[in-house]
Amino acid sequence: MISASSGDPLHAPPLVAARGVSLNFGRRTVLDRVDLVVHAGEIVTLVGLNGAGKSTLVRAILGIIRPDSGEVVRAPGLRIGYTPQHILRDPIMPMTVRRFLTLGAPASRQKLDAMLDEVGAGGVIDDPLADLSGGELQRVLLARAMLREPGLLVLDEPLAGVDLTSQSELYRLIATIRDRYGCGVLLVSHDLHLVMAATDTVVCLNGHVCCTGRPQAVLRDPGFISLYGPHLSDTLAVYRHLHDHRHDALGEPLTMEPGAPEEAAPPADRP
Amino acid sequence: MEDFFLRALGGGIGAALAAGPVGCFVVWRRMAYFGAALAHAVLLGIALGFLLDIEPILAVFAVCALLAGCLTLLERQRYLSVDALLGVLAHAFFAAGLAAVAFMERLRVDLIGYLFGDILAVSAADLWLIFLTAAVVVAVIAWQWRNLLSLAVDPDLAAVEGVPVERVRLLLLFLVAAVIAVGMKIVGMLLVVALVIVPAAAARRLAATPEGMAVAATAIGIVAVVAGLFGSLQWDVPAGPAIVLVASAIFAASLLVPVRGGRSRG
Repeated sequence: MISASSGDPLHAPPLVAARGVSLNFGRRTVLDRVDLVVHAGEIVTLVGLNGAGKSTLVRAILGIIRPDSGEVVRAPGLRIGYTPQHILRDPIMPMTVRRFLTLGAPASRQKLDAMLDEVGAGGVIDDPLADLSGGELQRVLLARAMLREPGLLVLDEPLAGVDLTSQSELYRLIATIRDRYGCGVLLVSHDLHLVMAATDTVVCLNGHVCCTGRPQAVLRDPGFISLYGPHLSDTLAVYRHLHDHRHDALGEPLTMEPGAPEEAAPPADRP
Repeated sequence: MEDFFLRALGGGIGAALAAGPVGCFVVWRRMAYFGAALAHAVLLGIALGFLLDIEPILAVFAVCALLAGCLTLLERQRYLSVDALLGVLAHAFFAAGLAAVAFMERLRVDLIGYLFGDILAVSAADLWLIFLTAAVVVAVIAWQWRNLLSLAVDPDLAAVEGVPVERVRLLLLFLVAAVIAVGMKIVGMLLVVALVIVPAAAARRLAATPEGMAVAATAIGIVAVVAGLFGSLQWDVPAGPAIVLVASAIFAASLLVPVRGGRSRG
């Protein structure tokens, strides 16, 4: 178990660690000796092009599929809150938000209302799931994951189908939840702009781990540049720079060495 | 009222009790083609039942469960989709059934009853078996409701939340097999899928929650059985088709009902 008294959460045992995970579909190697570690209070973002194996890696980490070699080690008693990329929400099944939330974990009306308010989806509790906008659905999925009081949040493409303004709001919400509950967050994302703005560690996947580290370090990594092209890398560096100023104004370090203490190390005792 | 008619009513209501909730899962998980494949396997079950002198309902259930098992094993390969696998299995089982029936003089005489259903020939023993099966199906669904529903919503999310997904999936296949085995006695193998799917489809617009849809599907199934049987008596229509016609009429009427629980705010 991870406790606040152990100090720097990055030196505590990880919530989940994938070590040397390899997976083949037929003759195709989808994952090639992938390492990935998530600590309490840390936001780790998995980026990579389509077909890079992101969702496969997430499914291996969740324990839905077993790797052909390598191992996935979860902290004892770890509870995971998960938001899938595509949820069946076509109108075939009548399903209200309330019923959907209680299906994951039984909860009182007050608890449901409080959680929906917290994720910014107050007032949708009696709506059919099929009628929600993309952003509302992601918030409801997040609420369902949080109702399980998870030690680790795994969010697969939480920004898909969400319009641009809501995307940055959602990203801030994820960071707020991390700060408040001290849970670890593993995020899969296409959107590099937002990733670079609010992530502690970026893992760039291309079958194998192409590069990993702090967002600024990854941006300058030749592996990342060759994968996404120099233009995008430059553009993102600008975004990162702008973001540095905001952090600077908050009195936080402008740049950090990889492995330096966590800038937003939260109290790591969890419910 | 004649005894045979009361037994028919009882058997039909028993089948509708099991078919309602199971039919909802068939609709939610898009398993209609699986139901149709099982219906194709019914003939082999009846033939084997005669050959081995077993109750037809039990023999049909065994053959349907075998098909479900074959499907589960074949799904592990990644080169063919489920609908292609079902197409292979359905027709292999059906061909085996036709070949087996060709050897049995007595069965060929009764075959029409199994193709189109012979609810008016439901015996007291059949009635017991139908109600026993319905009771087991409903009890298992009630016991496993949360797991089954989680699977229908999202298998990955269910797995992360601790649902034993593979076991629940197999359980659902067996539940459908049990309903097909009972339903074929009522409406025959050609219409048995209708008994499973039509009430659930008709219930969709009447319900705001999954539980509500399961209850509504059961109620619609019972109404269809009762109205269909009386209609069959009144107008001298075969009972199986009459039941399915009533259910289909309810489905058509349900399309006029606005979907419940629609969002009222902008």
